[in-house]
Amino acid sequence: MKHLLATAFLAGALALPAGVMAADYSIMAPAAPGGGWDQTARAMQEALTAEGISGNVQVTNVPGAGGTIGLAQFAQEAKGDPSRLIVGGYVMVGAILTNKAPVTLDAVTPIARLTGEYEVIVVPAASDIKTLADLVAKLKADPGSVSWAGGSAGGTDHITAGLFAKTAGVDPKAVNYVAFSGGGEALAAVLGSQVTVGISGYGEFQSQVEAGALRVIGVSAPEKVAIIDGPTFKEGGVDLVVQNWRGVWAGPDLSAEQVAAITADIEKMVNSETWKKTLETKGWNNTWLAGDAFKAQLATEIEATTAILKDIGLVE
Amino acid sequence: MDTFLLLWQGLAVALQPINLLYALVGVTLGTAVGVLPGIGPATTVALLLPVTYKLDPAGSLIMFAGIYYGGMYGGSTTSILLNTPGESASIVTALEGNKMAKKGRGGPALATAAIGSFVAGLIATLALAFLAPWVVSVALAFGPREYFALMVLAFVTVSAAFGDSALRGLTSLFIGLTLGLVGIDLQTGQARLSFSHPSLLDGIEVTTLAVAMFAVGETLYVAAQGKRAPESIEPVRGSLWMSARDWARSWKAWLRGTVIGFPIGAMPAGGAELGTFFSYAVEKKLSKHPEEFGEGAIEGVAGPEAANNASAAGTLVPLLTLGLPTSATAAIMLAGFQQYGLQPGPLLFTSNPQLVWGLIASLLVANLMLIVLNLPLIGLWVRLLTIPKPWLYGGILMFATLGTIGANPSVFELAMLLVFGLLGYGLRVFHFPIAPVVVGLILGPMAEQQLRRALAISQGDVMVLFTSPISAVLLFLAAVALILPLVLRAQGRGRVLAAVAADSD
Repeated sequence: MKHLLATAFLAGALALPAGVMAADYSIMAPAAPGGGWDQTARAMQEALTAEGISGNVQVTNVPGAGGTIGLAQFAQEAKGDPSRLIVGGYVMVGAILTNKAPVTLDAVTPIARLTGEYEVIVVPAASDIKTLADLVAKLKADPGSVSWAGGSAGGTDHITAGLFAKTAGVDPKAVNYVAFSGGGEALAAVLGSQVTVGISGYGEFQSQVEAGALRVIGVSAPEKVAIIDGPTFKEGGVDLVVQNWRGVWAGPDLSAEQVAAITADIEKMVNSETWKKTLETKGWNNTWLAGDAFKAQLATEIEATTAILKDIGLVE
Repeated sequence: MDTFLLLWQGLAVALQPINLLYALVGVTLGTAVGVLPGIGPATTVALLLPVTYKLDPAGSLIMFAGIYYGGMYGGSTTSILLNTPGESASIVTALEGNKMAKKGRGGPALATAAIGSFVAGLIATLALAFLAPWVVSVALAFGPREYFALMVLAFVTVSAAFGDSALRGLTSLFIGLTLGLVGIDLQTGQARLSFSHPSLLDGIEVTTLAVAMFAVGETLYVAAQGKRAPESIEPVRGSLWMSARDWARSWKAWLRGTVIGFPIGAMPAGGAELGTFFSYAVEKKLSKHPEEFGEGAIEGVAGPEAANNASAAGTLVPLLTLGLPTSATAAIMLAGFQQYGLQPGPLLFTSNPQLVWGLIASLLVANLMLIVLNLPLIGLWVRLLTIPKPWLYGGILMFATLGTIGANPSVFELAMLLVFGLLGYGLRVFHFPIAPVVVGLILGPMAEQQLRRALAISQGDVMVLFTSPISAVLLFLAAVALILPLVLRAQGRGRVLAAVAADSD
């Protein structure tokens, strides 16, 4: 009997810390499996459980309309629930505006910005456009003659193209942007010289650049990126920095303590070896920014994005 | 290095016991998800991706490839027996296959689908091994204008292949085209026909529409007939196996389906459905028994089934040679490559030859496994049809609902399934063909986007459609396909009258 009690006590003592320390999380990826947000959510799942920060992490997918469908559902379901998280990012900021989404990022609690990818402008190896200066000159002479291939209208690629034109002194409305659905269709159009330039995250073009079929003429980073063989926009004379960032939000109506606890867990995850390894294999930058700094950054971005979408003519 | 030698080494990798096990798990899972409507291979691979972090790259990619091929196989079974296409690439199979099944010829239909898939998979995988670099350069020559011309050709040939009444066929097609407009427009980001309902912003899911039109619509139709329903379904009439005549009618269709499906699968904006449409149209045109089409013609199963498996192999051409995913499953396989720090593309063949050739070799192995797995099961599958009608259709309804819910757990999606089911019922009652609705939903948005891209690139100059040799030829073929039957009809008055009579139906 004594023995049994001791064993039970021992088992309880062993089980207890795990039960108290490791919160369970359910992360919503507001997109179909396979995309950037889904990969982010699943990378978080992997890191949170591998590092013992959380005992049990579920990932759910609610695809549709640039994440705005998942966001609306999340804002309603996750009210006051500190175990629920949603992944989102720059694309969602634009989608909320172009779709006139009824539920915006104001309805959820920002936790942190996690990762980012820079945009690159590429041309086919045989193109007569050699530098950004060539591209700007062609844009200024006849903006319509430069066709840009990238992702869906109003997304990061489109916004970057608009901002690029605006910064270079060309009317963003005149940008001849050709939207391709995901999955490499834009890449095919650039490779086949169907369009003048391609614009997207470096990952989309990497293998073709390394094989010498495409040439990077500009990177949207503030300074030279080691793995990308090409000048920054600024070096090419266009003073512009754009990053396609992704981050994580929690539900509405959480207490300050709850938000602090979630933020601490996520910070622990970001500093873990597992997460660092994931960033390396996926080619993502660590763009950790939490709390009020993230909130302030978010507000600035929403304002800037609204302005450029108006300039392009997608938002009234 | 010599391709044969590399393929041989690849086979050595694929035939390792552990990799054979991965392939077996892959094809079994793939067949299972292919059978379930709505849950496709893409979702399965995505869900398995985190599980495979711990596996070695070769093993997990071999498993993914098995799922992909298995999914293409499994989709045909429910199309044929239950008129419930599991994947959009097996919609066409349902047209003739289900008619055959109802006449007690489910066995030969399943057999020609399985053997056709095997033959196509075998030839297309070998083509992938030997012709990949050449095929990919041809595929890249296709830009927006060439794709648009290809879609025009598809519209003309495919709509001619459905039904006898042009008026009814076109009406159905335009319903599908209208449904295709729903959702956010890719080029401008603006919502169309969404009536401010957020669930409509992403447009209408092809599988939801197909399952509703085919399975739910038919269930309602059968239920509405009640006891007046003519004959009961005959599960097996004659042999379970293909007769000599079935073989004679199938083998050419398999080869033609392969030749059509492989290059279209390799095109970055082609897609497996397009190949099945073309194959169906070609088989109907070339068949010695065109009158059997719509009543259960075996060529109409053999060709499209071969085409969809060949296009599955075709999809791997741009994936492996360019790092270009041309289907949802391929996109997720790309993420799988990247998870191991591998970048598919022109360098992959030289930097990781064992992996690439191991994958290609395991496709051959998976293909063989699938036919061994599927052929003996035909007898079991066909017995599904011996279930009494009320239970069978009740089961189909439940199956269709579960599949839709599984793919997208939303009440709205379910409501769409029912509404489109009612539409399918209405179309049946008034003798409108069902397939053109689904064809319109698939081809319409593709044609529209490609035309707008082509015109954006040319800054509005329509002549650009005719200055490319490829698109000019395709448009010329489309014009011939449209005008030639009219000319032939005009040659004899009696035939004109017959044609007019058929048209006004």
